[in-house]
Amino acid sequence: MRILVCISHVPDTTSKITFSEDKTTFNTTGLQYIINPYDEIALSKALALVEGGKGTVTVITVGEPVTEPTLRKALAIGADDAIRINAYPQDAWFVANQLTAYVQDKEIDLILTGRESIDYNSAQVASYLGELLHLPSVAIAKKVELQGNRATVEREIEGGKEVMDIPLPLVIGTAEGVAEARIPNMRGIMSARTKPLTVIEPIEVPQLGRITYYEAPVPRGSVKLIDASEPEKLVELLHQEARVI
Amino acid sequence: MSVLVFVEHTEGQFKKSAYEVVSYAKAIAKHLHQPLTALAIGNITTEELQRLGRYGASKILHVNHHKLASFINQGYASVIAHTVREEGVEFMVLSNSFSGKDLAPRLAAKLQAGLASNVVALPEIDGDQLTVKTTAFSGKAFAYITLHSPVKVLAVNANTIESKEDPTTTNIVALEPAAIDMADFKAMIKELIQTTDKVALPEAEIVVSGGRGLKGPENWNIIEDLAEALGAAVACSKPVSDAGWRPHSEHVGQTGITISPKLYFAVGISGAIQHLAGVSSSKVIVVINKDPEAPFFKVADYGIVGDAFELVPKLTAAVKAYKNK
Ligand SMILES: Cc1cc2nc3c(=O)[nH]c(=O)nc-3n(C[C@H](O)[C@H](O)[C@H](O)COP(=O)(O)OP(=O)(O)OC[C@H]3O[C@@H](n4cnc5c(N)ncnc54)[C@H](O)[C@@H]3O)c2cc1C
Ligand SMILES: Nc1ncnc2c1ncn2[C@@H]1O[C@H](COP(=O)(O)O)[C@@H](O)[C@H]1O
Repeated sequence: MRILVCISHVPDTTSKITFSEDKTTFNTTGLQYIINPYDEIALSKALALVEGGKGTVTVITVGEPVTEPTLRKALAIGADDAIRINAYPQDAWFVANQLTAYVQDKEIDLILTGRESIDYNSAQVASYLGELLHLPSVAIAKKVELQGNRATVEREIEGGKEVMDIPLPLVIGTAEGVAEARIPNMRGIMSARTKPLTVIEPIEVPQLGRITYYEAPVPRGSVKLIDASEPEKLVELLHQEARVI
Repeated sequence: MSVLVFVEHTEGQFKKSAYEVVSYAKAIAKHLHQPLTALAIGNITTEELQRLGRYGASKILHVNHHKLASFINQGYASVIAHTVREEGVEFMVLSNSFSGKDLAPRLAAKLQAGLASNVVALPEIDGDQLTVKTTAFSGKAFAYITLHSPVKVLAVNANTIESKEDPTTTNIVALEPAAIDMADFKAMIKELIQTTDKVALPEAEIVVSGGRGLKGPENWNIIEDLAEALGAAVACSKPVSDAGWRPHSEHVGQTGITISPKLYFAVGISGAIQHLAGVSSSKVIVVINKDPEAPFFKVADYGIVGDAFELVPKLTAAVKAYKNK
């Protein structure tokens, strides 16, 4: 069994997001980068599925050289080898095409992504991969189990879930519930340094769209405090002033 | 320049978000002086289809085929892409729901179309370019995306615009799906489990959310009672679902669901940056916390400092009293 886990290198969840003067780029100085939390779930699941010598786990990212520590961390958690496609990840369409170019001539049984990257949150890569590779896909999965060459996947839907039975190979975007994120141990960290990390060059991808500018959310006015003895006052304000009930 | 909207339903009943995307697409169509076409797939009555006309769809394409009785993303994407080509569609609108996320990238790839997901406002259309506001960084920022491909796909967030009646005469057309490709049906649905018959969290207009301040799952009745009185959905912070007090599907925040209801009630939640990321685009935020220094008060519109166990039942009673008036 060969599993590929797609890793996105994202600003740490506590990051304050600010922009350049002209609002066309976001400031990366001083930001700490991490493995996208959902991709950590995907990686942990992949490792659990191959446990006991049942296969190998490759991690892959589309990113510039600065993303290598993130890949090394994935190797420390337990991936067998890493691939970096040497390009700035412009958008999900670009990323999915790069990943497709890599996967196309390989025998891969399962491709795992996170449900979304916490920076652009587009939740697009998994379904793009499914389409580009002509494979079934589940964009947001809450549970994944394998029996031989079939997968049982719980897909999230509004107000419930759907249990699906899908043959491998397939693409799954993992959400919480699929696995607990693993923490690298000392042996993992030591061995990560010598595990293979291969750099490959990107392909050309026609651009269909782009981010033209960013905007910060409008800050809220100061909070209006209501005395704990008058909850009916809050109801009145929500009705008359805020007009939301 | 035509506009097509894909509408989702649950067992033949259009979802709330379906009417919202129809209103959204109708606004684009009006701007372009074009009629609006809607596409629905599955077993839906004529009466239900007709409702789309009330929201401004003048042509309703209905595909009903036994292979397409339930949602299979590949099969549905093929039907929708085929319709886009047949109808010469330039603007394709759908909802950014769980199924929408399964569909939109597939459609965009089939059509070599630019795709904007997490759309939260109407687009600016300038010649053959479109620019639209989307959320990014889990609600910590907005990104404006410009699409310049011949076909453009927009996946619109719930509660972006209110659905609005705009009746037109409608023409319902039953469509045979073009060649069904068996390769699209490798995935099979074994079981569909509806865990709630109440309003689903991502679509809800009002959300009541509980945090670690509630001490344990046995206390969730006060949250549920308030939600019930308000007709709201229930949510929670991450530690609450991590501890198994509530299911993961209720967890909101940066690593959970991002929501943008009209009204968000945070009870016993401190307001950590990762929590705020998922809820900060709510229109109005109410915070109930016993600690006046809780960070959540800094980003709230209304707040009450006090003990949730005393306060929430009183608030529920006040809501009921107001509703009965
Ligand atoms: C990578 C990462 C991702 C994360 N993602 C998320 C996410 O998506 N969503 C999320 O929510 N968190 C997330 N977190 C966790 C986040 O940092 C906070 O730990 C979490 O939001 C705190 O939850 P809480 O507010 O329920 O609990 P606490 O911080 O413990 O706050 C409890 C609050 O309840 C109040 N309280 C106590 N008793 C009462 C009472 N009787 N009446 C009224 N108020 C009372 C207290 O004053 C306190 O403010 C993430 C963290 C990390 C590191
Ligand atoms: N630059 C990237 N390189 C590799 N995988 C990525 C990259 N960006 C996103 N992904 C994967 O795609 C998933 C969804 O990302 P997105 O579509 O951007 O929300 C992430 O959780 C990753 O698994």
